[in-house]
Amino acid sequence: MPEKLRLGIFKFASCDGCQLSLLNAEEELLELAELVEFAHFPEASSRIESGPYDLVLIEGSISTPEDLDRIQQIRRQTDTLVTIGACATAGGIQALRNGANHDEFMKLVYPHPEYVQSLATSTPISNHVSVDFELRGCPVDTGQLLQIISDKLHHRKFSVPDHSVCRDCKLQNIVCVSVARGIPCLGPLTQAGCGAICPRFHRGCYGCFGPCHQTNTDGLTDWLIKDGHSSSQLIPLFLNVNAEAPEFARTAAQLIRQDSAEGESDE
Amino acid sequence: MSESRTIRVGALTRVEGEGALHVSMNNNVIDRVELNIYESPRFFEAFLRGRPLEDVPDLTARICGICPVAYQMSSACAIEAALEIEIPTEIHQLRKLLYCGEWIESHCLHMHLLQAPDFFGYSSGLELGKHFPDEVKRGLRLKKIGNQILEVLGGRSVHPVNVCIGGFYRTPALDELESLIPELEWGLQAAIETTHWISGFNFPDFVCDYDLISISNSSDYPWFGVTMASSKGESFDVQAYEQVICEYQVPHSTALQAHKIESQTSCLFGPLARINHSRDNFHPHARKLADHVNIQWPCNNPFQSIQARSLEVVHAFEEALEICRNYQRPSESRIPYQPRAGVGMAATEAPRGTLYHRYEIDDAGLIQHATIIPPTSQNQKQIENDLRDYLPPLLSMEDDQVAQACERLIRSYDPCISCATHFLKLSIERVQ
Repeated sequence: MPEKLRLGIFKFASCDGCQLSLLNAEEELLELAELVEFAHFPEASSRIESGPYDLVLIEGSISTPEDLDRIQQIRRQTDTLVTIGACATAGGIQALRNGANHDEFMKLVYPHPEYVQSLATSTPISNHVSVDFELRGCPVDTGQLLQIISDKLHHRKFSVPDHSVCRDCKLQNIVCVSVARGIPCLGPLTQAGCGAICPRFHRGCYGCFGPCHQTNTDGLTDWLIKDGHSSSQLIPLFLNVNAEAPEFARTAAQLIRQDSAEGESDE
Repeated sequence: MSESRTIRVGALTRVEGEGALHVSMNNNVIDRVELNIYESPRFFEAFLRGRPLEDVPDLTARICGICPVAYQMSSACAIEAALEIEIPTEIHQLRKLLYCGEWIESHCLHMHLLQAPDFFGYSSGLELGKHFPDEVKRGLRLKKIGNQILEVLGGRSVHPVNVCIGGFYRTPALDELESLIPELEWGLQAAIETTHWISGFNFPDFVCDYDLISISNSSDYPWFGVTMASSKGESFDVQAYEQVICEYQVPHSTALQAHKIESQTSCLFGPLARINHSRDNFHPHARKLADHVNIQWPCNNPFQSIQARSLEVVHAFEEALEICRNYQRPSESRIPYQPRAGVGMAATEAPRGTLYHRYEIDDAGLIQHATIIPPTSQNQKQIENDLRDYLPPLLSMEDDQVAQACERLIRSYDPCISCATHFLKLSIERVQ
């Protein structure tokens, strides 16, 4: 029997949901354990083995001074590093602090900010070390996560579909929530992977998987504004779990400028 | 001559998130016991300010991937209280069903993959599965049924997408809930067998003197409710939560701790609190089982909270079956509302204990102020106090054995340190 793949799973600032997506593989988890050695997976096992690892999955974003060193140490111990989820790939929901006043945020949450170590920004792993592949989603899809591990096991190139949620939605024959119900939906801009669940539940996509390949963001926002939505209504849609993904961040900034210009012209 | 000794051992594992324990001793007398949660600040209460109220359930869900439904429920109920929205029974029942899914998923994960390995000395649920393949497979299938409920009602199991202020974006069709029934029927029987299996474990004899706090209702086992029961004090209304319980900060942890304001005493939240207060409100199978498995009531042994969890899983299956069998699709999926200024608070029972939210909203429907008190903050002081009582008879053991025993106790509370970032260390400092 060939040697098992040595897998390490490491967590930074996050909610644990992407690691849970692996535990949610349930029956496949037992099969996976035949092929993979969970060498570092503290959430699931007390047996912690040091590196080197064949594959490391990183959940969470870099948000404390200690994270800066730890990610470098982990990178040195692994052949391949894959980020899992919106936090590790784009900074996550906690990146909403990035434009804000960090000291003020600290004081709002902690009576003694001096006890707490925190950076003013929450940033993706790729800002700090080289990353071999970024798996999107808040949370990641269990099937895609298993596929990444399988790709590594079989020496395949990592790849997941990079088309939009909108295309998956059409393929499922879901009535378009934007066209039929006037609900703003990021489906045309967002990478597929979730199965178009929001339109299936009669609501607009809110961008959990981040911007897809080749988006026409301005085209969509122009259309939504012509359809009667205001810039201020659209801003929170982009300032969400992937707020710091460049295309979403750029669009949010543009909408904020438009909104304040509209405010000024009203006065 | 005094000799100082500091020992660092292992990593605290099989908990959701990461933290550390620091024990210091002076001449074999315990000086300090500190549970360090190196929770990386994520500033939810800060960035919620200025957000439209509609965004809050999806945003707060991101606090915890293990119990997102609890965050969606407490936030939705608190905002609905502020807007004076009354949720009709049939929509409320669907929310309960969603919560059943989360309890089943989270409890079965904890029971099988996190805590059960401790009773046999194994390092993981996967290792346990080699020796108890049928029991672990059964547990994983039970967990999967919890996830199926979440997927049918919410689209996916982690951060489901269907909860909104006023109800749901879409209610399930009749056949969607009917399709769950066969698995739920299997699950109920399997959960009963699991409870018998777990009740045969060898529980350390460790009984604590708890102030148990949970929501308590006259007839329902609590997921939702407006009255908090306390085993060492008066019941209080959720409206008065922050007059009874307060959060405070300690230097050794970035998670805020909580205690009762008046007495400054710690409290225990979670399955043991709920089951001691409310087991009479269990459905029949769970109620009967609670009397027939080896539990002495009241039960104040934290190691036995795994039994409480398994009984709650039985109850959740009975509840889910009842809701699915009696389901009639409501004519409206949600109650319409106009945003307006107000203040609202609500508590619901997350798998690991009471989760309290309070929001102030302005005329435009934007959040002005948010307060979130999660169960693990509220349990943290109690965990430290229990460790202090648990440690003395262990001190003759080697450090790594003491560490393991402490970890086992900490795990029994199912702490959810989900925002934690740093590796967990256990350090014992002996000054002789």
